[in-house]
Amino acid sequence: MTRRRGSRAPGEPRLVAYAYVAPALLVFGLFLLAPLAYAVQLSFFEWDGLGLGTWVGLDNYVAVLTDPELRAPFLHALVLVVFFSLVPVTLGLVLAALMTRSRVRGAGFFRTVIFLPQVVALTVVAVVWRQIYAPTGPLNDALRLVGLDGFARGWLGDADWVLVAIGLVGTWVGTGLCTVLFLAGLAKVGRELYEAARLDGAGFWTELRSISLPAVRGELAVALTLTMVAALRTFDLVYVMTAGGPGNASRVPSYEVYDRAIQEGDVGTGITVALVLTALILLATWLVNRIAGDGEPA
Amino acid sequence: MTRTRRSTQPHLHRTLGAGLAAAALLATTVACAPGEEGGSGTETKSEDVTTDISELGDVTLTVWDQEVRGGQAAQIAALNEAFTEKYPNVTIDRTKRSFTDLQRTLRNAITSDDAPDVVQANNGRTDMGAFVENGLLQSLDGYAEAYGWTERFPESVRSLASYTDDGATFGEGSLYGLAQVGELVGVFYNKAKLTELGLEVPETTADFEAALAAAADADELPIQFGNLDGWPGIHDFGFVHNQFVPRDDIRNLGFGREGASWTSEENVQAAETFTEWVDAGYFTPDFNGVGYDPAWQDFAQGNGVFLVAGTWLQADLDEAMGEDVGFVLPPVGESGEQAVTGGTGLPFSITEASDDADVAAAYIDFITSDEAMQMIQEAGNLPVVGGDAAQAEGLAAEILDAWTTAGEDDAIVPYLDYATPDFYDLITAQVQELGAGSVAPDEFLSTLEDEYSSFVSGQ
Repeated sequence: MTRRRGSRAPGEPRLVAYAYVAPALLVFGLFLLAPLAYAVQLSFFEWDGLGLGTWVGLDNYVAVLTDPELRAPFLHALVLVVFFSLVPVTLGLVLAALMTRSRVRGAGFFRTVIFLPQVVALTVVAVVWRQIYAPTGPLNDALRLVGLDGFARGWLGDADWVLVAIGLVGTWVGTGLCTVLFLAGLAKVGRELYEAARLDGAGFWTELRSISLPAVRGELAVALTLTMVAALRTFDLVYVMTAGGPGNASRVPSYEVYDRAIQEGDVGTGITVALVLTALILLATWLVNRIAGDGEPA
Repeated sequence: MTRTRRSTQPHLHRTLGAGLAAAALLATTVACAPGEEGGSGTETKSEDVTTDISELGDVTLTVWDQEVRGGQAAQIAALNEAFTEKYPNVTIDRTKRSFTDLQRTLRNAITSDDAPDVVQANNGRTDMGAFVENGLLQSLDGYAEAYGWTERFPESVRSLASYTDDGATFGEGSLYGLAQVGELVGVFYNKAKLTELGLEVPETTADFEAALAAAADADELPIQFGNLDGWPGIHDFGFVHNQFVPRDDIRNLGFGREGASWTSEENVQAAETFTEWVDAGYFTPDFNGVGYDPAWQDFAQGNGVFLVAGTWLQADLDEAMGEDVGFVLPPVGESGEQAVTGGTGLPFSITEASDDADVAAAYIDFITSDEAMQMIQEAGNLPVVGGDAAQAEGLAAEILDAWTTAGEDDAIVPYLDYATPDFYDLITAQVQELGAGSVAPDEFLSTLEDEYSSFVSGQ
């Protein structure tokens, strides 16, 4: 290869390239980095949003790590990760595998039904589920009908069950997305592969483990990332369904941010929670992509 | 796996580089504090006030209010129109938002250079108190003198929009706003059910407890209560509180002033009575899982003998129940002293940034005038002053009557969450836990006492 223009190989970064990305960089910096920088700045202050802020250094961060009232929301978010992310991904895998394995009559219909919760705004979902969970709502009616009276309760007013109740709504919403993603991933696999496996005597689980799972690794990373982010930043469901109650049993980080920064006039702490949450989400996505993504761009 | 690691390393370096760049960017911004130095708040003397605003040339008055529901929306629209008819030189630029939306956006709006002239600000410390502290609202004392608001509005109403200039003391000091409507958290009762049970309208705590027991025995739901949203707990617990704790103690606790204690004997009685009622099944089963709206709607459909709620449900309950619904003040406890949680709707205030304070004051005077109050009553709301009992009937008459009695008797006490900026979150969560039995009355009270006493001593 003959070298032109000094030692630089073709395609190496040239100064003019920066001119091309400059507009995007500018927009990115203005609308993303600058607010983020401002947020970081605010996190070092105690500020009510009205008067002059007081510099408190790292106090807000120390509070988030040590104050049980501020730590609890993060633990609640972890519970939601199980219901919003792990369960739907598992269910999605099984459903997608089942739907690929056998030709179901009306598969398109089922696909649509499973995906439907995904297209409904979460506030609407929350309003509906609030009624479903009511002490005299359909869920409790159903429980009483089958004789499980002891299980009937005000689900959202019960400190032990409230996170599970909110979590199951997340499962209901997330499963469709995961199923559809995995279906797309499985569609890439040739049917001959399954036929060959079946001739070799592979059952459903062997197929799932040896063919389907490796085939959808990329989709798995995407599904985990999307659902995990959704779990960690849950706000709408909690805000509409319980407003963090009963007591503080269902307060999650996003709700804490809103409550502190907007309602209570404690902007510094609220912003700090938001930043810690952002860091957590970044870490979670990075981890997921390292483990499940196998280095492929997801 | 090794392949993975190698391929991600450069990414990591680049990320680190970007991080450092961002950190450098931050270092330059971190130094200066957010916000502005609080102003002192303008003191308008009555002799400087212009009450004839027709001579002031063309003025655009920016107003932010939350009068968005049925009767309220109609009344404010009519008043605005009448005002601009009277003063053609004034144009009203109105922004209407629901209560929560207004509360959420007001902080940003009021601190901007382009702040609205007139805003409806919530009375409590979190909002009005913080605005006063930071010099963002104008004291209305000069206007009150010029327009005679002191005569038009009794002390009890004015004190609910009064703060000292540093925002530290609520209920005293300068006047910062005027409200159009009043509100009381009393007892709605189902007249038909009461008659069926052979009961009189209860006037004392003993009567009331007897009525609750009778209702429970007859398999009726004694008190309709939905506390999923948290804040209704302030009303229902406050209602019990009203029957045991002396008025002045409730005022000190509610306004966050020195001189009271959450752990006093009367408070213990109140908290214990609340849990006793819960245990006796006097409230809706699983009330922490029932929403506020479903609860009062259920009452409107005939479930429940009593409903502890605010007068803002007047129009809705009247429409749904007609002759069957009545309203009374809370029962009186052993002390013989009546107390009822309530006060005013959101007061209209003038922002510090307003250049047309005279016009703004004339507007506030206009929408709280006697004629305005009449329109408010006709729209199905409770006028804060000057309600005309002769024109009211049914539920409206009972509510107006209760309001007048409470005013004359000086029985109105503030909402308990006014106390400190954090008290709303604290008491809503605590009442839910007290109701669920996960905290005992003494733990409940000591938690409230901690917050109250640390706030009071910090002043």
